[in-house]
Amino acid sequence: MEKQQNYAVEVEDLTVAYDARPVLWDIDLKIPKGKLMAVVGPNGAGKTTLIKAMLGLLKPVTGAVRFADGSGDVRVLKNRIGYVPQSGSVDWDFPATVQDVVLMGCYGKLGWIRRPRKMDIELTKQTLQKVGMQNYASRQISQLSGGQQQRVFLARALAQEAEVYFMDEPFKGVDAQTERAIVSLLKELKEQGKTVVVVHHDLQTVPDYFDWVTLINLRVVASGPVDEVFHEENLKKTYHSSGALLRSVV
Amino acid sequence: MNSVSALFLDYTFQTVALGSALLGLISGVLGSFAVLRKQSLLGDGVSHSALPGVVMAFVLLGSKKTEVLLMGALISGLLATLFIVGVVRHTRVKFDSALALVMSVFFGLGLVLLTYVQKIPNSNQAGLKRFIFGQASTLLQRDIILMIICGLVLLSLVLLFWKEFKLFTFDTDFAQSLGFSSKKLNLLLSFMIVLAIIIGLQTVGVILMSAMLIAPPVAARQWTNKLWIMVTLSALFGAMSGITGTAASSLVPKLPTGPAIVVCVSIIVLFSILFAPGRGVLYRIYQRRKNKILYKLEGGSPDVPSN
Repeated sequence: MEKQQNYAVEVEDLTVAYDARPVLWDIDLKIPKGKLMAVVGPNGAGKTTLIKAMLGLLKPVTGAVRFADGSGDVRVLKNRIGYVPQSGSVDWDFPATVQDVVLMGCYGKLGWIRRPRKMDIELTKQTLQKVGMQNYASRQISQLSGGQQQRVFLARALAQEAEVYFMDEPFKGVDAQTERAIVSLLKELKEQGKTVVVVHHDLQTVPDYFDWVTLINLRVVASGPVDEVFHEENLKKTYHSSGALLRSVV
Repeated sequence: MNSVSALFLDYTFQTVALGSALLGLISGVLGSFAVLRKQSLLGDGVSHSALPGVVMAFVLLGSKKTEVLLMGALISGLLATLFIVGVVRHTRVKFDSALALVMSVFFGLGLVLLTYVQKIPNSNQAGLKRFIFGQASTLLQRDIILMIICGLVLLSLVLLFWKEFKLFTFDTDFAQSLGFSSKKLNLLLSFMIVLAIIIGLQTVGVILMSAMLIAPPVAARQWTNKLWIMVTLSALFGAMSGITGTAASSLVPKLPTGPAIVVCVSIIVLFSILFAPGRGVLYRIYQRRKNKILYKLEGGSPDVPSN
């Protein structure tokens, strides 16, 4: 029991398949509390699938996901889990303002039917400020750039006031300045004792941004502290390449 | 002018116009969600697939009552939806193919059944054909009451689950991650859309009904960037077309009501696509011209955040 307390998320024997083809095979994963963890792997390795399975958005063939208090049901924990989907997963031409979208982060706490309160709107203003989008609150979301869309999704997740965050490529299509802003935000979350799981593509920045890393390619190749498991051999195993491209990274 | 005011005082006209307005209003509201969820075509599938249900209800129960026939329509519409969803889920057939297939099979079956029914003595004037193109003039007061009840239920549900529908329509996965069952929401919203379609069948008919579902929200989307304004405008456009279409068909001899309503709503769509500020075609041409001049003068981007 005592040991369990140290993990924010535990994944056991997780196998996920689309049709008959397995996309994740027998995944065992323990994510310690208060860590910034990168999920790294080649295209089609199952990174997004892993996150979606942990969130309960996909039904696994076998296996279980457990959160800190021992419950595996996301619905019970809805207020504790924040989610930043890939920004391309929604239609940004939807008739809504930036504030409307960020306010959706409060919906979980409200539950069915109840309307957002004044304090929820206050909260959205604060989280927009945190991502530097306070001047865009009344903007139509179709007018946002890719980086701004990412920041809006981030603000929405912050409004969830969760304990564990899952982020699917939050750095995709953002400029250097926005990337720095997001990184400092992630570190701030970590300082508050939150656990953050990030699907990440840029191997160069893994040691700078994260303190924990999981390398996956259908299976978990390695998972642990960045300075222990993020080395050439594991990267080779993950990417099945000669490693020439990766040698410069580590 | 006299004939118009006389028309609006006519009881039959009032009944039909009220029915058409209600139909436009309801389908305008529910259609907004169908369009935003990119399920416009599903509405077309459901309405076409309702035909065999109408005929079967008559064959099995021998009743010409609207509610009986519409119940049949509802069942076969839902059945078709289940088929489409099932085919997409369990085979490699894609959504558009599954939809086209199921829709034409059901509609074809409906036509075959209709021909069969007309050969049965005593049922020749069953009036089932009115469901193909719709026949608003057959609307009775009790049909209107049925529409009002269904409409009130649907509108209350939309108001009650407004937050959930908005979230679910925009970002299904996120809704699910917050604990709002996307299965339940999908079921509820789809059922509501199907019900809205069924309500309109008698007036507009199975072939044109999807226009009532799609056109008002498409027009409304042009004028606003807020969901609640879009839904309200869509309801308004639908109701307006209902009344105008009914009036047109009453004033022009031999002009059928259903198609007249659809023509009216199409005019609203055309106008909105051309002239709406912001999203309209003309506005965008104007904006592009202006930008060109700005670029020439300053060589910079004119799109500086304004607030």
